[in-house]
Amino acid sequence: MSLLKVKNLRVSYDDDAVVDAISFSVRRGESVGIVGESGSGKSQTVLSILGLLPSDAVVSGSIVFDGQELMKLSDRKLDRVRAVRIGMVFQDPMQALNPYLRIGQQLRQILIQHELATGSDADAKVMAMLNRVGLPDAERQFRAFPHELSGGMRQRVMIASALICEPDLLIADEPTTALDVTVQAQILDLLEDLRDDTALLLITHDLGIVAGRCERLLVLEGGKLIESGATVSIFSAPQHAHTKKLLAAAPRIDRGDILPAVGGRTVLGVERASVGYAGAAKEQLVAVSDVSLSLREAETLAIVGESGSGKSSLVRGLLGLIPMRAGRVVYAGESLHGPVQTRAAAQRRDLQLVFQDPLSALNPQMRVATIVGEPLLVHEPKQSAAQRKARVIEALERVGLTASLLRRYPHQLSGGQAQRVAIARALILKPRILICDEAVASLDGSVREQVLKLLRDVQTETGLSIIFISHDLGVVRSIAHRVAVMYLGRLLEVADTATLFSKPGHPYTRALLAASPVPDPLVAPRGAPLKGEVPSLLTPPSGCVFHPRCEFAEDACREKRPELREFSGARVACHRVADIS
Amino acid sequence: MKKSAGVLLFILLLAIVGPWLSPNDYLGTNFDALLRSPQLAGMHLFGTDDLGRDLFVRTMLGIRVTLMVAVVASLVSLVIGVTYGAVAGYVGGRVDAVMMRFVDTLYALPFIFFVILLMVAFERNFLLIFVAIGAINWLDMARIVRGQTLSLREREFVDAARLTGVSTPRIIFRHIAPNLLGIVVVYVTLTIPQAILVESFLSFLGLGVQEPQTSLGALVDAGVNKMEGASWMLLIPASLLAVILMSFNFLGDALRDFFDAKHKQ
Amino acid sequence: MLRYALLRLLGAIPTLLLVIVLAFLMVHAAPGGPFDEERALPADVAAKIEAAYHLDETLPQQFMRYMSGLLQGDLGPSFRYRDYTVSELIGSGFPVSLRLGLLAILLALLVGVGSGTIAALRQGSLLDRVVMSFAMTGISIPVFVVGPVLVLLFAVKLHWLPAGWSGTESVWKYLLPVITLALPQIAYIARLTRASMIDVLSRDFIRTARAQGLGTKAIIRFHALKPAMLPVLSYMGPAIAAILTGSVVVEEVFGIPGLGQFFVRGALNRDYTLVLGIVIFYATLIIALNLIVDILYGVIDPRVRHR
Repeated sequence: MSLLKVKNLRVSYDDDAVVDAISFSVRRGESVGIVGESGSGKSQTVLSILGLLPSDAVVSGSIVFDGQELMKLSDRKLDRVRAVRIGMVFQDPMQALNPYLRIGQQLRQILIQHELATGSDADAKVMAMLNRVGLPDAERQFRAFPHELSGGMRQRVMIASALICEPDLLIADEPTTALDVTVQAQILDLLEDLRDDTALLLITHDLGIVAGRCERLLVLEGGKLIESGATVSIFSAPQHAHTKKLLAAAPRIDRGDILPAVGGRTVLGVERASVGYAGAAKEQLVAVSDVSLSLREAETLAIVGESGSGKSSLVRGLLGLIPMRAGRVVYAGESLHGPVQTRAAAQRRDLQLVFQDPLSALNPQMRVATIVGEPLLVHEPKQSAAQRKARVIEALERVGLTASLLRRYPHQLSGGQAQRVAIARALILKPRILICDEAVASLDGSVREQVLKLLRDVQTETGLSIIFISHDLGVVRSIAHRVAVMYLGRLLEVADTATLFSKPGHPYTRALLAASPVPDPLVAPRGAPLKGEVPSLLTPPSGCVFHPRCEFAEDACREKRPELREFSGARVACHRVADIS
Repeated sequence: MKKSAGVLLFILLLAIVGPWLSPNDYLGTNFDALLRSPQLAGMHLFGTDDLGRDLFVRTMLGIRVTLMVAVVASLVSLVIGVTYGAVAGYVGGRVDAVMMRFVDTLYALPFIFFVILLMVAFERNFLLIFVAIGAINWLDMARIVRGQTLSLREREFVDAARLTGVSTPRIIFRHIAPNLLGIVVVYVTLTIPQAILVESFLSFLGLGVQEPQTSLGALVDAGVNKMEGASWMLLIPASLLAVILMSFNFLGDALRDFFDAKHKQ
Repeated sequence: MLRYALLRLLGAIPTLLLVIVLAFLMVHAAPGGPFDEERALPADVAAKIEAAYHLDETLPQQFMRYMSGLLQGDLGPSFRYRDYTVSELIGSGFPVSLRLGLLAILLALLVGVGSGTIAALRQGSLLDRVVMSFAMTGISIPVFVVGPVLVLLFAVKLHWLPAGWSGTESVWKYLLPVITLALPQIAYIARLTRASMIDVLSRDFIRTARAQGLGTKAIIRFHALKPAMLPVLSYMGPAIAAILTGSVVVEEVFGIPGLGQFFVRGALNRDYTLVLGIVIFYATLIIALNLIVDILYGVIDPRVRHR
């Protein structure tokens, strides 16, 4: 007998159906995943279960939970189902928690509202729950405000709030999308540990997550349920064309061609770079500490790392957007230094940057033609308007767009189109080095693939060198020749892609690989996830910055900072690298 | 939104054209026609006041003066406020902190008192009215513009422009300014009613526009004194004033919603 | 928290000094002196009077003299009301103005926040539109129109309320002036509350609260009210300044002997010390109130005080 039975659910806004006749069921204790690209209707579907859609939504169909038709219930009656029978975890805990109230206050209110406990009894229950979700020092977190906690801890609080009344069904809407990959692994394991016989409905766009953790899958496209079944069957024998497309586009860290290492001359050298900021209270934050890298012609060097790793700060430092505190950057025999406004035109032309969020990187008041053409105004002012227009069209076609977009504004473009416009702008001056800062992170599967292919093609044709920043190892594997791993501002490992993925040297690299979800239900989970979280930049650990989380740490690791040393074809900064392998 | 704009336009047209249509003039005191209620005789559509002057013409004139004062004063506060706020927001850091402290300081003052002092001190110079009103209102605009500039500065397209090597003036004028336009327009339409109210307050105190010139505020003030006997002297200018104020407010609200929606896309 | 409060306090001092200097300069910059309107005095008598009031000294000297008096709590004698010191005059006028102002603010907050919240909860309904129309009207009619109209209607025509001030001891005499004073603030606060409440209710953490099964009442009381009040709290500073401004009108219209009247008379009479004294007094009041507002803001929004 199913716990939840949804029949012909339809959600529309202004006659526009975002959920179109979806039917599915969930049995007691079962874990079901809902996957699909953004806009496929996943969130809208589950929000309607709990009646959380905005007031202008038109909902029809049947939602039966434990024999009760939820669609017929008044908001008041529905309140008795919420949290008590069905709990929900939302995507972004910083937004989903009330920033003005202490954690303990918010949680105990749930118990009080549902008359499950009051006063000190409620407090005790809340603290027990905070302990269960793995928060260190629950007493302290009880009195803390959300902004005082890290992202992972906040999500644990979110989970605590959803499970505190011991519901029969837990809905998790993209619960780990905003988290680092090692923290993601912790949270997903936590969900699994805690839920006991609570059913789980997990929504995500990441096929790797559902592969290992959901028994059944529902695949959505454009508001319709296009395929459903056991996870293993869907992965091994997908029926629908779109499902196949999704599977093909999912980045994998264990499969796929790897680009061989590139020889050739070095175009960019970074020597012992350090970048710092003044923090909020005027303290000095060291975002990047003593990093040395080199980039060769027609090579793609990936820089991977989680939040706080310094990867963005490093490139902003070498580009001159923020000041470097120490070290040298050498390009074409010349040293690059000083803020970007003071640099030579040639240097500015040859190094370009593509940002993560295209809608933020394009001026919303400018048309595509002006955006892409602006670099020409600066660097080749002698060109006539007609010549410029021709160049702009050429650049757009290079990235797979047409002249029909010339007069559009950014908000009239799709995510993929907007990012390609940003790339066109970056490439129009024919730079030698392109830096992509999480350039594909906000793009969906197939669009992401297209953009990656575009970058590869341009590189092959023009010998462009690329620095590719990403937190997603699967993407990195498909596009990089070499990979550099950063953590808390330090470089921990640099190796050819092939070497890094087959014989990772540094314990952190191994942990990253182990935590990256593989979209294949038959691949066994690889060990317990890395404990703890990235420490604050204000109080970096002594010696090797990774030692508090490292299972191999010894006294030497606490005392002395390791240098990058050759080991087995890679350069690794670890005292114990030889022992571990 | 269209309705408010339409109403305002109509009133504006009336104010400009009206006095020419009437055979009366705003100065013409006519002791035979004191305090007449609205009537068609002698084309006294709005009646006459206690000096026999035609109220229709005087009201139209009053509207002209009021709108002129308000618009000019708002432009003054716009120019000061936008420049101040944009500089503070773009330069940031220490300079911004100091500039905003100054604004906070001024915000805390009973500014209207200083205005009264100013007006009394400098003997009701017409120009000074604009300056005084503009000087009160620029604070809000500066704050809003500064906030918007700050968040714009963090947007990546500004970084992208700097990277490409776009010159700072071009960044300010082509990148930042157009994105400020929306919010500035909204605030100007909301500042104008404030300016109108300040001007009418000054008229009430006897510090506003001087006879024989008149403004809506002055007319309303005169009307209040004659409220019991000649109610039209109050009702007509007061309702017109209220309509103008409401139209600007509605317009501002509608514009604000419009710009919000576009950003949320 | 304490540090936050102390910093704010320290910041208030330069503000106050600036006010004093500005006011002093402006008062003395006005052409004409306090004794000009009297019959033309023979030169030596005029000189003696000037010396007695220290008007013959240079401006900086007069300023230092004033400041030292100020620090001892002495605001000087009124130039016009010969037998009174400024402090005495303020002392007589302030209590009345204070009562009016406090009642007005209270009324404005109660009615404004209440109606704004209701309008926000019933967004788009008839009630919402009615409330907002009233609010719109409230900010579109000058105070000096509302006052006399109300008096005409309720006192003269209907005889429900007393018309004058000094002639009656009835507590009801407060009603009309307070309402007149409060009306534009009620309107503004209602609009502000509504917009703020609508904004807060659309935030993610409210959706979380709904998912947790908290009903509308609990959500408003527990989650939404405090953050929604932040803009209203910030507005309290300017609101008080506006009430001070409005009190000038209301006192004039209703014949109430409060500080506002003294100020206008003083300005017109070139009564330097009185004007200065009132400006400084009010400025101190406003600065102190803004300080309290700032601190309250820090109490409600923890992110502000943790920086």
